[in-house]
Amino acid sequence: MKYPVTQHEKYTVLQLSGEIDLNESPNARKQILEQIKRNNNLLVDLSAVDYIDSSGVASLVEGFQAARGKQLVFALLGVSPSAMQVLKLARLDTVFTIYQSLPEFDA
Amino acid sequence: MTKLERIHLLSRADRLRPLRKFVRELAVQQGCCKENLDCMVMAINEACMNVMQHAYHGRDDGEIVVEFWKDADELLIRIYDFADRVDLAAIKSRDLADVRPGGLGVHIIHQVMDSVEYKNCDEPVGNLLEMRKKLNQPVKCNLTDKP
Repeated sequence: MKYPVTQHEKYTVLQLSGEIDLNESPNARKQILEQIKRNNNLLVDLSAVDYIDSSGVASLVEGFQAARGKQLVFALLGVSPSAMQVLKLARLDTVFTIYQSLPEFDA
Repeated sequence: MTKLERIHLLSRADRLRPLRKFVRELAVQQGCCKENLDCMVMAINEACMNVMQHAYHGRDDGEIVVEFWKDADELLIRIYDFADRVDLAAIKSRDLADVRPGGLGVHIIHQVMDSVEYKNCDEPVGNLLEMRKKLNQPVKCNLTDKP
């Protein structure tokens, strides 16, 4: 599945959706790292993610680290309640920069 | 203690989604509250994923058996694999302050379930994970309060 990508002037939004589990996380990881490789500041939109497991979270952490290594912005956007539940369990809700919406990021 | 279901699945990542659906439906049938339902789905998914990755090392033809038992007001879940016996001492949470990909599954399972016990099996050779969760005690599943 190819996730929608929206290019903005200074950043890119990658919208993940559905269930990001062991079956889907390699695909999500690939698309996250692809954006970092292109030196794009990246916002990963999780508002349409119904379920994410630790393999999906690992993909986000990998993106976060790759972006940090290149001094790029990496943030999460509109995190769904079920995704936030997992981030909190992994104590990553305070590690990732999280925005409720694009206007909040732009402000 | 009443045996509710026993299901078999292959150690394939695409089997996790139908497993989650099955667990959700079974837990609802047993009167599980919403909070604990999410906890159980999460724990069983993580446990089976760990079996696929760490017991079967990515092999897609390994067998996993999941049993569901009802014991008074709680569910007992037993997850069997038939891979080589794993080192039980090596199954532990890692330091979450060390931000890196992977190694979160065991931590999540311990956070959301009431009890978790890993065992080696001799006949047939393999491993067993037993987890218990009260059906209706959402305070136990306050996802942010456990240390």
